[in-house]
Amino acid sequence: MPRRARLALKALVWAACLAPLSWLVYRFATDDLTANPISFVTNTLGDWTLRILLASLTMTPLRIVCGLAWPIALRRLLGLFAFFYVCLHFSVWIVLDFFFDWPRMWEDIVKRPYITLGMLGLLSLLPLALTSTRGWIKRLGARTWTRLHRLAYLAGVLGCLHFLWLAKVGRTDQYWHAATLALLLGVRVVDAGLRFARRRRRAASTVPA
Amino acid sequence: MLIRRAPRFTSNDVTDETLYWNRREWIAAAAATLALLPGEGAAAAPAGPPLKAARNEGLSLKEPPTKFDAATTYNNFYEFGVNKDDPARLAHTLRPRPWAVQVDGLVHTPKTFDVDELIRLHPPEERVYALRCVEAWSMVIPWIGFPLGALLRRVEPTGQAKYVEFTTLLDPNQFPAQRRGFFGFSSLDWPYVEGLRLDEAMHPLTLVTVGMYGQVLPNQNGAPLRVVVPWKYGFKSAKSIVRIRLVAEEPKTAWNKAAAQEYGFYSNVNPEVSHPRWSQATERRIGEFRRRPTLMFNGYADQVAHLYAGMNLKALY
Repeated sequence: MPRRARLALKALVWAACLAPLSWLVYRFATDDLTANPISFVTNTLGDWTLRILLASLTMTPLRIVCGLAWPIALRRLLGLFAFFYVCLHFSVWIVLDFFFDWPRMWEDIVKRPYITLGMLGLLSLLPLALTSTRGWIKRLGARTWTRLHRLAYLAGVLGCLHFLWLAKVGRTDQYWHAATLALLLGVRVVDAGLRFARRRRRAASTVPA
Repeated sequence: MLIRRAPRFTSNDVTDETLYWNRREWIAAAAATLALLPGEGAAAAPAGPPLKAARNEGLSLKEPPTKFDAATTYNNFYEFGVNKDDPARLAHTLRPRPWAVQVDGLVHTPKTFDVDELIRLHPPEERVYALRCVEAWSMVIPWIGFPLGALLRRVEPTGQAKYVEFTTLLDPNQFPAQRRGFFGFSSLDWPYVEGLRLDEAMHPLTLVTVGMYGQVLPNQNGAPLRVVVPWKYGFKSAKSIVRIRLVAEEPKTAWNKAAAQEYGFYSNVNPEVSHPRWSQATERRIGEFRRRPTLMFNGYADQVAHLYAGMNLKALY
């Protein structure tokens, strides 16, 4: 893919990922954050964390299923934006929701499974964000780095469980998110299975009977 | 020496009363003008017809009410949808007049009332109550209504009557979210049913509500007639009621059927009994920044605690 097209694509991802935040800022400026702004902002940031994380997990399946190479170039950018949104989500919870009431927050992290899972999800994204640079790929070696970055799957699972667990009865968004994640991970499992079978067949055919 | 204190007075005393009561017409006229402008309208809550009622000071909170806009745009009313803005957005689909309420079951004189007839029979008064949602937010609302007990006495419950069951209108044409979604999905099992023990229903705080903020009850708040039970979580206060039935057994209520471990029959506001997934110790009063502690029975412990004497409130949540 030409350099210029790739830059355009990245610019598009930047614009798309900043849109939800701009929309929140706009609604803040026009005093339109609903009657319960803190809850609304927390939920919106959480929603977009999960959506962008799922988008980043869609890039590899696009290559597997459609044979496209360009989505891989967007994976890191999307992953970092997911991390950016989860940090905002978490900060709003600390600052606006609980206003640094550490004992009560700690109580919630330990006592409420959905918050425990959310915290673990955030923690599993942290090493990925830190080692997202080319330098770190070199330092860790491609193999180790790839393995480490499978934590993204765990983050996806934890994010979806966090949402499933906190959602009130009667809502459906949480199921759609979980189904999307299951599909995305399913593609990888099937692909890995097929590759494994192919390797075995090749190995069998080279070994004389 | 004689010291005269300045008399306390409110804006009511200085404003001519007819002007005071006409203010909503001015607001309505202004809103109607605004509604003609492009881009306005749907989101703005229309000012409804005024409903006059004197405030019952003894049963009213002294705190300032939540903003009218917040109370009419931030609602849980699953018949319109699961999002907080769905009720305000879709409320126009509900037709609150004419409206009949059937009062029957274990009573000596069952009767079906027209809502306006009910209001004529029971002159409403204003009461400023705290409203605590199970989702840990709260509001202060000047409701207008009359005690449910007065209506129940009118139909004379029999000795077997132990509970009161409220049923909300079932009509997918007026309540869009009562239609089934993907895979036959429905957020709750319609119609919405709520219930109280007879002594809770007869308690003077339990209000049949037909208005708020000096006007007829807006559709998104449960028009034309709902109950308000201020010491219980908001979902216990059934909206848009078409039937009040006296029964011998504990009614099967909507949220209890949907998630029994989370929403008990009693659902009294209790800071010490957590929702299984979140704490009920604090709440956010809409319009305030910091959380405030939640009070036992939502601050009505003095009036209602005796109803639950000897009961294990952790087991009977």
